[in-house]
This record gives sequence, C-alpha cells and structure tokens, in this order.
Amino acid sequence: MAKRRDFIKKSTLAAFSTALGANIIFGDKMLAGYTPLAVEQNTPQTLFGKHKDMRTLNDRPWNIEAQAHILDDKITPADKMFIRNNGIIPKPDQDTWVLTVEGESAKTKKTYTLGELKSKFKAYTYQLTLECGGNGRSEFNPPAKGNQWTIGAVSCARWTGLRVKDLLADVGVEGDAVYLAYYGADTHLSGDPEKVVISRGVPIKKALEDETLLAYQMNGNDIPIAHGFPLRLVAGGFPASASGKWVNRLSIRNIVHDGPKMTGTAYRVPVKAVAPGTEVPDEEMGIIESMPVKSLVTFPKSGALIQEGQSLNIRGHAWAGQLEVSAVHYSIDFGSTWHAVRLEKPVNRLAWQHWSVQVNLPEKGYYEIWARATDSQGKAQPMVVPGWNPKGYLNNACHRIAVKVV
Amino acid sequence: MKEDDFLKGFSVLFKAVVGIFVLLILVLGLGWLAYQNPDILRPSPQIAETPTEAEPAMVAEGDFIEGEHKLLVVANCTGCHSGKLVTQNRATREGWTNMIRWMQRTQNLKDLGADEQKILDYLSENYAPAEQGRRANLVVDEWYKLGDLR
Repeated sequence: MAKRRDFIKKSTLAAFSTALGANIIFGDKMLAGYTPLAVEQNTPQTLFGKHKDMRTLNDRPWNIEAQAHILDDKITPADKMFIRNNGIIPKPDQDTWVLTVEGESAKTKKTYTLGELKSKFKAYTYQLTLECGGNGRSEFNPPAKGNQWTIGAVSCARWTGLRVKDLLADVGVEGDAVYLAYYGADTHLSGDPEKVVISRGVPIKKALEDETLLAYQMNGNDIPIAHGFPLRLVAGGFPASASGKWVNRLSIRNIVHDGPKMTGTAYRVPVKAVAPGTEVPDEEMGIIESMPVKSLVTFPKSGALIQEGQSLNIRGHAWAGQLEVSAVHYSIDFGSTWHAVRLEKPVNRLAWQHWSVQVNLPEKGYYEIWARATDSQGKAQPMVVPGWNPKGYLNNACHRIAVKVV
Repeated sequence: MKEDDFLKGFSVLFKAVVGIFVLLILVLGLGWLAYQNPDILRPSPQIAETPTEAEPAMVAEGDFIEGEHKLLVVANCTGCHSGKLVTQNRATREGWTNMIRWMQRTQNLKDLGADEQKILDYLSENYAPAEQGRRANLVVDEWYKLGDLR
C-alpha cells in the first residue's frame, strides 16, 4: 500500500508539473508528507471523524470550524471541535514521548515521560473555553489575511491533566521568570525540519493559575491527534494559540517569549484603536491575552420557520476570556430593545456558561434574534464589528440568527 | 428470400436473444448480490492508515477563478499550503505583495523573479477585496420548519 502510494505520489507530481508547465514549489519536499488531493480525497470526516457540518477553511494545514448550531452541546465533543493547525500534524509515539522543561528561569532542566507526568502529579479536570484569536476574522473590512473564520472557532471540552504550576514547582522557577513558552512536534509546511512552526505560550502569572493544565485527556479519552495527542497546554480564556499542541518542550523564559507567532502582527493588536486599514508599527502592538466577552445562539439553527402563535425557546453559551459573564440579553427588533435571559454559572472558572430563554414573536414576518453578553467588568459585545486590527483578531460582535414566523 | 439470408437472419436473432439473456442474468445476479450485501454498491471509503498519514495537498486547480496566469499561481502558491488559503483571502495588490514578502521573510518562500508581477496581476484582479461594510446581512443557507419547539 505504502509503495503504491509513493509511486502514485511521484508520478502524479510529475504529471502535475508537466500539466502546469512549471515546477511545483517545494515539490521535492511535498513527496515526503503529501498526496495530491486529486489522488486521495481525505476529508475531516474520514481523517478526524468530524461532524458533517464542520466547514473546512484550509486543508494544508488543516483549519476547520464548527457552525453555531452544532455547538449546542454543553460540553463540546471531539467531532464538533474546531481545528486550527499551523503546520503538519506529527505522528507521536506515546511510549517514547518525552517532555523537557528548561529555560533561562528554570532552576534545573528536567525531562518527564508521559507515565511520569500521569503518576507523579495529581490530575485535575476542568471544562475550558478555547477560542481562536482570529475567530470572526471574515467580517473585518478591509479584509485581514489568514483563515477566514466566521463564528465556529470556539470549543469548551473537559480537559484532564496536571497543573502547570505543579510541574513548574517540581522543576523550580527563578524569581525573574516572565513567560512560559511551548514547543511542539508539528513540522513546518515548507518541509524544513529546522523550522519551528509556532511557539507561543503564556505569561508566568497565567501559567500558575489553577486551571492552566498540561493535558493528556479530553472528554475522558486520549486527546484526539488533531487536538494535540499525547500532550498539550490548555490555557482557557487566552487565544487558543497559547494552548500549544503535541508539546514536547516547555521553556521558562526570563523575557516575553519571542518564538514564531509571538511577534509582529501575529496574535497582536494595536494597543490604541486605529482607523481601518492603518499600518501599525510593531512597538504600538500588544500581545492578546484575555479574549473578549462573546456569546452564541446554538438553538435554533438560523433559518427556522415557526408557526404563528407558538413561542420559541432559544439557547446558547457565553464566555468572557479570563472573566465571567454576568448577563446575556437578546433582541428581536434589531437592537432597539433588549431582554435578559436565564444565565447559568460556569461549571468552573474559564468554562463557558449556558443561557436560555423563551421568546415570543408577536406576528408573522422576518426576525433576527441577536444575543449580547456582558462580562463581570461591565463590558458588552458590540453589535457591529469592533476595532479594526491588521490581522483581524478579537471580533466579538453579537451573534445573530434569522427566523420567520409563518 | 434465399435460404442463406434466412440462416443469417436467424443467426443474428439468435445472438441477440442470447445477448439479452446473458445481460438479464448479469443484472439479476448483481441485483441479488447487492441485496445480500448492500455495501458493494457504495464506494469504499478512503481510510488513512493513521489519521496523520496523509495531510491532503493541492487544491484542485479548478478551485481557482479562471484568469490569465492562473496555472502559474497554482504552481507557485500550492507547494507549501493549500490553495484554499489563497482563495479564501481578498486583498489589494499591495496586500498580496505584503503576503508574499511575509512568506519570503518567515516561511522559506524563494524569490519569485519575473513571475511575481504576473502572480500579483492574477491575485489583485481575481481576489480583490469587496466592500462589505461594518456588518453584512445575514445569509440563510436553507429555511426549514422548526419541528421541535421545546
């Protein structure tokens, strides 16, 4: 099978190159990892067992998002969890997997097998909201480059692992520690084995929070390969890129970490608001930390036709980065009037909160139902797209669904 | 009618009847097989040996908008990443130039030489930004009757 594939790959690459009348850039490196799509039709469903309504934005690297109506579960199951990859998924062997912890501010350099991480440290389980910093990017104008996420790059699964703070205590942290950086086993798209795909992390203060985990389970099972098997960071409330996947090295830095995707416009936004389209100098950009308050209407799916006179129960989730959501309101008249919903407390800190309400739609016609959450510091979601930034991060404009009474 | 012609005609008729009979057996036989084992009618799914065995690769060139220099863009822009990363984006010529510079600075993209201008012509022409304002109208894929009014 493998041999046949190699043969097909090689002959296909040649055929492609001939057909195009040009060489495929990095075509030689492509052989190692890829099969042209014309040969092998892999989908998120066959490869990762994803739900049929998951939308593929990009298939190399894999970037797949959910839609609002399939995020209705209180705990996001694996098949409905978005994938945001920067490189090529590794092929981990959990028996030989080793985590190295080191860095300028590490008192010692230590290595741990997965078995040691599981037996030596107490396990904790939290439900944690992970949202891509670029969720909602598709709405920015002028457009921002990158994967054009709409609303589905968010999840809230149950993660099990050790507390990062317990691990750091075992290694020993110097007083000058600033940042905890991760490195993973994924490889660069260009095929260059020396090139780090992405290496981000969190400030030490965030690393030491109870809920910051080095996780080895998701929803009670091994973490699915696309989500970081066998080991990943989970720092809920921060942009999900801070929660490194396939982690094999942690570095306790005495500076703000400067790995790939920590600098320039990556996961950074203007410190002060700028006019749309402005070129912003590096020194006026700041790293995104807590994600902003946001909510989704997960039931009903947009496009519902409802019988006149029947009331409608709507529901969804709300989350607020490092904070808690204090209220959710909805409007059926394009934001003219707002009404409170029943909002649950989070099951634990940094988990999304569920809300529901019965809505009465007074007469036949077209309605939009808008949902707007407010965080514990009084900040609410805007109704239009918030402040423009070069890479299109942090769009927390209120979610809207359309319904008709017929 | 000569006897020869009659025999020839009979022979043709005989062959036709046999042909139809054989076809009938085949159809019935396949039908019976399909009835016994419905899976044979479905295309066998592509199952990767391990989930990571095959990262998919080139987007079909058909996914790119037709236009001058399309194949050049496909050849140059789908070696490392999916064509979907190109086709889901919109930018001005300057914006596309900046993306190329960024890939050259950080992602190992080589100098594109004389092709660069042609690539930029194609991208800025076919993947230019559309004015979408501060919030677009909702698009409903499909209106459906809400059966479950819990």
